[in-house]
Amino acid sequence: MSDERPLPTPDPGTAPYWEGTRRHELRLPRCEDCGQVHFYPRTVCPHCGSARLAWIEACGRGSVYSFTVVHRPPSPAFKARVPYVVAIVALEEGPHLMTNIAGCTPEEVRIGMPVEVAWEDVDPVATLPYFVPRSLA
Amino acid sequence: MKSTAAIAGIGESRLGLVPDRSALQLQSDAARAALLDAGLKLSDIDGLITTPVRVANWGMPCGVVASHLGVRPSYLSTLDLAGASGAAMIHHAAMAVASGQCTTVLCVAGQNLLSNKSRSTAIQAMAESGGTHAQFEVPYGPLIPSLYALIAQRHMHEYGTTAQQMAQVAVTMRKHASLNPNAHMRDPLTVETVMSSRMITSPLKLLDCALVSDGAAAAIVTTPERARALRKPPVHLLGQGYGLSHSHVGEYRNLTRSGAVDSGRAAFASARLTPADIDVAELYDCFTITVIVELEDLGFCPKGEGGRFVADGHIGLSGSLPTTTHGGLLSAGHPGLGGGFFHVLEAVRQLRAEAGERQVSGAKVALAHGNGGAIAIHCTLILGAADTVTNGAQA
Ligand SMILES: [Zn+2]
Repeated sequence: MSDERPLPTPDPGTAPYWEGTRRHELRLPRCEDCGQVHFYPRTVCPHCGSARLAWIEACGRGSVYSFTVVHRPPSPAFKARVPYVVAIVALEEGPHLMTNIAGCTPEEVRIGMPVEVAWEDVDPVATLPYFVPRSLA
Repeated sequence: MKSTAAIAGIGESRLGLVPDRSALQLQSDAARAALLDAGLKLSDIDGLITTPVRVANWGMPCGVVASHLGVRPSYLSTLDLAGASGAAMIHHAAMAVASGQCTTVLCVAGQNLLSNKSRSTAIQAMAESGGTHAQFEVPYGPLIPSLYALIAQRHMHEYGTTAQQMAQVAVTMRKHASLNPNAHMRDPLTVETVMSSRMITSPLKLLDCALVSDGAAAAIVTTPERARALRKPPVHLLGQGYGLSHSHVGEYRNLTRSGAVDSGRAAFASARLTPADIDVAELYDCFTITVIVELEDLGFCPKGEGGRFVADGHIGLSGSLPTTTHGGLLSAGHPGLGGGFFHVLEAVRQLRAEAGERQVSGAKVALAHGNGGAIAIHCTLILGAADTVTNGAQA
């Protein structure tokens, strides 16, 4: 098993999202028929079945829906990071996503806490969004 | 009540640390035990269902297992509903038998998950496998237990569920396992021991998490008529249901409501029964929080009351709803996709009054529930003792 952090391998359905993160834009698919936003990306709108989807830029704000402090790393790649916060953030646009929370101690993270997107340029190809408390942003 | 098919035989391999048996040997051990139990021979088997294993890439697992056992079935299938596979195998076998495609289906699953790999390798393989989204989740470092920790944290927030209440699930499972001679872990546990075990991914501690074990389980499904002519009293399939709420927890907006709501409703409707009719509930227990959510979503207590239901002692052998009476994945053992199959076998034992020291007196109707992914896909079975179904007609 690898010691390197697992990074996303974009595919044709997700490439626009990861192109967005490289520009520090958080993009979400929006249905041009029913107007609803969804995430993770689908080929058809999960709300109405339409295939007419376009990418919008999210505002980057949300709140912590749930979180866990990881003490036992899943692989050696995460060993130096423990304890770290894995969270689900509810974006203001509606969809949820999994992320990390930084910019505060794990003990300070609460459900409902307002957060804002921040960016980790891991390498020239991959940029990962994470979230920080909004008061610090 | 009406039966769609019957379980005529069950068998388990040794469960726990079994370093001297391969995955195929464990499955053979379980299959032979099930045949012996039913009074059948391998040549009687004309259907076979199995699941993928994690310890090897068998390509076409049903073909590999059938070939290893030397059977040439007229119906084969490899089924993968993750942790719900055990329960679903029984229903798929019932459909195969009811369609007339075959008469006698061997369902078998299990592997040497503990001995084949180191525990940490198994954990990394699981963390980077289907439970977590490769692009949108794995890069953030969740363990599989983290997915359930996110559910637990939200459940605590919404309903006031406590870590002590979750610990009580682990204590109860260990109590049940102490009465199961084949269980992996049988030493008693206390709430204090669970609470002081190592934090893995808050709020889940080591003893809130399932074991990693070696082992396999098997069952033989046939028509109710044929089952009545065999060695053991038949256990009837009275109803079943499925429910899928999501595939990845990160995108699911109602984490504390599981697909067990739908699988339970469908199972009770098809059996024409209600939660009050269940004498024993074999609930999937990959983590302590899983049992609490399932108790609520299957309708055994109101939403949000699962923690209190457990703390009040309802799920113990002398409680109002004896639950996961073999000790479950938390204490009896968890060999991957075969893990949830042991719950079905335990329901059969309870309905035959063969559960020894952990027998629930007078058990006539049992529920067996499997959950796969991060509380994502559910299969609920309702099973009845031999005398709940009259010969050829509805009671
Ligand atoms: Zn739409």
